[in-house]
Amino acid sequence: MSHKIIVPIGPYHPLQEEPEFFQLYVEGEKVVDIDIIIGYNHRGIEKLSESKHFDQVPFLVERICGICSSSHPYAYVLAVENILGGEFNIVPEKSLFIRTIIDELQRIHSHLLWLGLVGHFIGYNTVWMWAWKFREPVLDMFEMVTGNRNNYAMFKVGGVRRDIKDDDIPQIKKMLDELLPGIDLFHGAIMDDPIIKMRLKDVGRLTRQQAIEWAVVGPTARASGVNIDIRRDEPYGSSDRLDWKVIIEKDGDIFCKTVVRILELYESISLIRQCLDKMPKSGIIDADIKDIPVGEGIGRVEAPRGECFHYIVSDGTNRPLRHKIRSPSFMNVASDKVAAVGGTISDATLTLAAVDPCYCCTERVAVINKSDNSKIMNGWDLIKLSQDKTLKLKESYYGRSK
Amino acid sequence: MDIRSKALTKSIWVFHMSVGSCNNCDIEILDCFTPRHDIERFGIQLIGSVRHADALLITGAMNKKAIVRMKKVYEQTAKPCVVVACGICACSQHMFRDSYNVGEPLDKILPVDLYIPGCPPKPEAIISGILQLVNKMKKGK
Repeated sequence: MSHKIIVPIGPYHPLQEEPEFFQLYVEGEKVVDIDIIIGYNHRGIEKLSESKHFDQVPFLVERICGICSSSHPYAYVLAVENILGGEFNIVPEKSLFIRTIIDELQRIHSHLLWLGLVGHFIGYNTVWMWAWKFREPVLDMFEMVTGNRNNYAMFKVGGVRRDIKDDDIPQIKKMLDELLPGIDLFHGAIMDDPIIKMRLKDVGRLTRQQAIEWAVVGPTARASGVNIDIRRDEPYGSSDRLDWKVIIEKDGDIFCKTVVRILELYESISLIRQCLDKMPKSGIIDADIKDIPVGEGIGRVEAPRGECFHYIVSDGTNRPLRHKIRSPSFMNVASDKVAAVGGTISDATLTLAAVDPCYCCTERVAVINKSDNSKIMNGWDLIKLSQDKTLKLKESYYGRSK
Repeated sequence: MDIRSKALTKSIWVFHMSVGSCNNCDIEILDCFTPRHDIERFGIQLIGSVRHADALLITGAMNKKAIVRMKKVYEQTAKPCVVVACGICACSQHMFRDSYNVGEPLDKILPVDLYIPGCPPKPEAIISGILQLVNKMKKGK
């Protein structure tokens, strides 16, 4: 006979940045099942987007998630440009490079952030502090190029909003150079430290077959040996003109996920350097698009967490008729069901964090399945039930009038 | 100024809470505690339990599902406590005002002591805001 115990984590928990509610079903130390309840961050962005002008939507969708705040507008403008005839046909040459620079800078900042949080989760607070320290120059670069540390407002249909000044380019290159020793430090620490290796190896493993079955995307899939990367499979920006490689590891445990992300940092720095070198010195950055014709389009972008997908239907007016968003975490979070189950409860939070979940992106309206009459109750609900029962007893004893 | 309010101004322990935010404010709040900004030099610390908190740092556009939880967390906080609306979403709900899943603004639900606007506010702005509040409290206002 099994003794299933439910361990509730959240919605407000010191380990979590965002409100989400995990229920771990445990037998002793072992996790036997996991349930995730979301909806604490849902803001109805798809619906809001249908009430906004095509030019206003990028500002809205970059507030889906603060960490991938260039991937969502990029995927959106790609979807609209798909209706207009494709990114490569309408967007000016220089804009393609600027778009890739912003996209890759964001990948560096997101991966460093994740690295810090994982360090925090396994008890290496020094890793957390160092990773976030090295992340600051990336935010400075963003501030230099776009004027804001987060929420860059760079993307618009048919181009970008701001140019990268020629005076800034040497400074950006210098900051990228200064970033490298920090990443080398992490690379060395993860590869050589025996404790980190013991802690992360064979934890939260997702085999290649499971990765394909659960349709995971991004670094989570690449760590399991699935060879996918939207930048290569369906090139956008200037990624097809640059020299880089897709990082793939075989084992699918958290160690591999960490290695993939660290090696991707090097690739991203190299991509930005190449972009800065190959970018045309002058030229327009905006194609000045006025009207969006009738049609439907999709946009796919390799966000730091995986494939970010936007779908737009236009009916010829100045607003999207339908805007569908599928963020990478939506696919990755579900894989916790196989990755976290079977492990110990002390590894559970690490496994949940290893896919780099972003619940702001993933938020849906939670609909409770009425068919099996199950309901989630907390202490207050139970007290309420008890009070209701007393009330009913009182009513039946004294009669309705009392 | 009674002794409890005076004690509140010494070293503020902060509980951070996201009520339907986009993560940006939350990251900038965490950023305050990392080496460049290091808000701990003022004795301000991020803590895990709301029972120890002197200040609630609330971000986000007031999601209807999360408001219920937020009220409960506020009830559990030891009083007197300071409520800080961090980010323009918490101040005025920003562009999510018209959404179907967003409830009342924060200042109609809880008494707000400090508004820090910005999308997201820079760590410098957050630090400056909290210090201004502390100085104001020290003067007994």
